[in-house]
Amino acid sequence: MSAVLEALDVHRSFGATEALRGVDLTVEEGEILAIMGPSGSGKSTLLHCLAGILQPDRGEVRFAGRRIDGLGEHERTELRRASFGFLFQFGQLVPELSAVENVALPLLLGGRRRRGALAAADGWFERLGIDGLQGRRPGELSGGEAQRVALARAMVTSPPVLFADEPTGSLDSLSGERVMNLLVDEARAKGTTVVVVTHEPRVAAYSDREVVVRDGRCALPVGAP
Amino acid sequence: MSTAFTLLGLLEGAPSHGYELKRAFDRRFGSDKPLPFGQVYATLGRLQRDGRAVVVGTEVGEGPERKRYAITEQGVTDLEHWLAEAEVPEPHLQTVLFSKVVLSLLSGRDAHRFLDTQRAAHLARMRELTEVRRTAPLGQALLADYALFHLEADLRWLDLTAARLDDLAREVTR
Repeated sequence: MSAVLEALDVHRSFGATEALRGVDLTVEEGEILAIMGPSGSGKSTLLHCLAGILQPDRGEVRFAGRRIDGLGEHERTELRRASFGFLFQFGQLVPELSAVENVALPLLLGGRRRRGALAAADGWFERLGIDGLQGRRPGELSGGEAQRVALARAMVTSPPVLFADEPTGSLDSLSGERVMNLLVDEARAKGTTVVVVTHEPRVAAYSDREVVVRDGRCALPVGAP
Repeated sequence: MSTAFTLLGLLEGAPSHGYELKRAFDRRFGSDKPLPFGQVYATLGRLQRDGRAVVVGTEVGEGPERKRYAITEQGVTDLEHWLAEAEVPEPHLQTVLFSKVVLSLLSGRDAHRFLDTQRAAHLARMRELTEVRRTAPLGQALLADYALFHLEADLRWLDLTAARLDDLAREVTR
């Protein structure tokens, strides 16, 4: 295994609030890592720094060995589009588009032709158990259905890394379980590295390893090398 | 076993009589289930037999003679070991987990470290159960779910306790 993502002494503040105070973290290729911690511990900020959404004030972030913390906005946007998938608590689907158009969106933004993009997107619906919902708009989907559409959108470009921030936070237990089962199955099948931020132990239990963010630092699990 | 180590932990602070130990135990851990005298003396006898405690004096007064017990070096070593090790994750651990946290704080040990150790043990067990649930027939999966929900409740308690450790330390050492 080799490191896909690395954070070295990452600091990030918001005004006077120090969200991250020197985080060191390595995520291995194909690993499913859970980032846990109480509200306000800095776990989402860490995810945003790893994913190039936020720039750290200090320290280094590397993706596939390359530093990404100093990249400009345009380069980071391109990096996120090409290499990362995102799944958030509330699917954040585009309400004006149908479900299948939502899934196809990352492919269209990447320059794929519409027909090919929609065909590729369509294939995901059966795999995720939501076949028949392609034409619905997000407002016509249940929470669990919408989150599965969001998962398909996050995975449609086969990104090397999937970032998930409280992916089941708005779902009941059964829907949350379905989403996590599908997420893990897809990630394992494709070798996708997954970084999932969660405060739910049942979600973290799907991971290979967890780190706990406490007071802006990673507390290593006991017994870790 | 946890009652024996809890008494030993209380004994670590200072040598004590069985009666004082019972009162200290009831005050800190036995509000809804006081420790019977018989159990206190039987437990002290076992601790003595196992070399973890020793009688350091006998006082004769009104009523029965009172033995004063003290923890031994072996007792401290065994207590340290017990306080540091994670409990096997299973339902209904509240008494022993709470005892370990309070005794760690009382003796100035690192309660955070214990909570982290226990947390890791719980999550490791939850991983095993999650895998069972993903692959097993529904009946087995539902049993795994039952265990998972209970372990999750424990974990939430561990997290909440970790977040309130400073306040608890102030309270128990007051």
